[in-house]
Amino acid sequence: MKQLDSSFGKKLLRFLINNPVPILFIIICAVGIPLSGYSATYLVGEISVRLSRNAFLVLSLLIPIFAGMGLNFGMTLGAMAGQIGLILISNWGIVGIPAMVLAAIISTPISIIMGWMCGKILNMAKGREMVTSYIIGFFVNGVYQLIVLYGFGSLIPISNSALVLPRGYGIRNTVNLIGMRKSLDNLLNLKLFGIQIPLATFIIIALLCLFIVWFKKTKLGQDMRAVGQDMEVARAAGIKVEHTRIMSIVISTVFAGYGMIIYLQNIGTLNTYNSHSQIGMFSIAALLVGGASVTKANIGNVFLGIILFHLMFIISPMAGKNLIGEAQLGEYFRVFVSYGVITVSLVLYEIRKRREGKEEGRVLAADQEEN
Amino acid sequence: MDKIKSAIKNFGWPRIIIALFLLLLFIVAPFAGVNLGTSLSDTFTRFGMNCILVLAMVPMIHSGCGLNFGLPLGIISGLLGATLSLQCEFTGFPSFLMAMVFATPFAVIFGWAYGALLNKVKGGEMMIATYVGFASVAFMCMMWLLIPFTNPKMVWGYTGRGLRTTISTEGYYLHILSDFLSIKIGHLTIPVGMFLFFALFAFGIWAFLRTKTGTAMTAVGSNPTFARASGINVDKTRILSVIMSTWLGAIGILVYQQSFGFIQLYMSPFYMALPAVSAILIGGASINKASISNVIIGTFLFQGILTMTPSVMNSLIHTDMSEVIRIIVSNGMILYALTRKQEATR
Repeated sequence: MKQLDSSFGKKLLRFLINNPVPILFIIICAVGIPLSGYSATYLVGEISVRLSRNAFLVLSLLIPIFAGMGLNFGMTLGAMAGQIGLILISNWGIVGIPAMVLAAIISTPISIIMGWMCGKILNMAKGREMVTSYIIGFFVNGVYQLIVLYGFGSLIPISNSALVLPRGYGIRNTVNLIGMRKSLDNLLNLKLFGIQIPLATFIIIALLCLFIVWFKKTKLGQDMRAVGQDMEVARAAGIKVEHTRIMSIVISTVFAGYGMIIYLQNIGTLNTYNSHSQIGMFSIAALLVGGASVTKANIGNVFLGIILFHLMFIISPMAGKNLIGEAQLGEYFRVFVSYGVITVSLVLYEIRKRREGKEEGRVLAADQEEN
Repeated sequence: MDKIKSAIKNFGWPRIIIALFLLLLFIVAPFAGVNLGTSLSDTFTRFGMNCILVLAMVPMIHSGCGLNFGLPLGIISGLLGATLSLQCEFTGFPSFLMAMVFATPFAVIFGWAYGALLNKVKGGEMMIATYVGFASVAFMCMMWLLIPFTNPKMVWGYTGRGLRTTISTEGYYLHILSDFLSIKIGHLTIPVGMFLFFALFAFGIWAFLRTKTGTAMTAVGSNPTFARASGINVDKTRILSVIMSTWLGAIGILVYQQSFGFIQLYMSPFYMALPAVSAILIGGASINKASISNVIIGTFLFQGILTMTPSVMNSLIHTDMSEVIRIIVSNGMILYALTRKQEATR
């Protein structure tokens, strides 16, 4: 191992091997930007918008990774809770910042309940948290549709007729959030070289980053890392493993709910039955593009990931059109890349896990021989 | 007799609830003004359409690769076979046969690569399988645009290139199995040809699992260490099972198309794995155990609910809740299987 570290060339090689996904994306973007023909100002402006829109959502994924529960595909649960909050506030006709705060307040208990339930189920499926949380996302989507499509307007009174389907109950496919559109983004708007920077949104994102840094140092944060390292050791040390794992999912779900509210205030319309379904996939792909893995992620990965992933998202339709004359091809390309990135990261993680297991065995065998 | 006993033991409460629910739907149907004959024929048709896709779960479950969330890969092989067969302008039964023939090499190659990948990620197969399926569907979306097909019935009319999102199988192999030997009694139609075709494959798998290789596959699934100790090549056996599953997926989608009438391309294979997975789980399979009877019972129950809920619910409460019920039932079933304790130890 020492020999490997000795020369710079090998160090570089190792850096390349350890960060294949971000490097691949830098290459894709470097090739794609000239092909797309977009100006630098436009791209930077777009990236600024998308950073403010998505960073909160992606940050919400970090805490379950600390607790060793992998990528939280169940973040869609939080997104749904946020959407329920948004539907209710648009029903009550509240606008602006108060609307966002109220939506966040409504979403919190829903997120906590759903996160707690999700954590409980994941504790029953240790070792395959990811696939289980992924299916939970689908399952709760069904419950969400049941409530929003059949419960709202019949059991839960909805007075605003613009929200309700013509048949008298159930929410329409799109809910216009015109009353709160960009209310947070426009609160403190900075203009730098012709680029709009929604400062207030970034301040909130920075606060969440600070919270995550602080949280890692608290008792609960330390417990989570211990659980993430080794559940049995943590249990022996007197940590309530199950409880800690549930807490990590609850926190993640609550933040995902807030993230969804920030995301939708920027977009300005809510696709009642679709907005949440893609959000998990895109957030996870962005995080992985930033160089995170299933077991290790930090705040830097979040921002690098969003920049690279969304840069690819912006340029690929135009690049596809200019390259082959088919914008649709670029669309499919970016879908393919999002899924491909998740696939590759998951495969690398599993291979690494197995290799580490084997190495541990070898070290153990060597120790025994020495003894 | 032992098999029946173990089947009942494996049945579990969710399956009993679903079976009772379906029974209730059939009892209520005549009072709700739904024709029982028509609903039964619909159930039979959909059973025939989907059962080979569900059967595609069996080999991989047997070899311990878990639920085949990567079914879209098999479906893609089938779609490649179907489009190539249409491109060569075969008609009638030969077009169906040639679609199967064309699909086979793709299924073998894809299945082999997919199996080799799954061997590298033992223990995490299901999550990876899901994303392999998704990534390959997205990749093929690009390919459907780029492969130079020329049959005017398949490509977009105005540009003359790139395949359409849905291609009719009319004039090629529409209802080639469904109409074969089908029996009509009043409103009730039984697609015997489709059932026979399924029976052929089901028997094939049943017989295969009793050969030496098949037994080895079960051994690999139930205890890989023991299997290796008794001289079975674990990785090779697993790859074989994945190839079989992929190929069955390819055949399954062809059967589906001939009854449905359309070849659906682009994003349509995306979520096709989930109904098949939940069908076999409803039938009493678990993550590491599945039999042919699980396939038959599961497909019948699942498709029965899918056919009966819209018609019965619609006439009872005048709303169509079937989609929501489908989502909750199918995903709830998968969740139930994933969280069962005895399997979590694997």
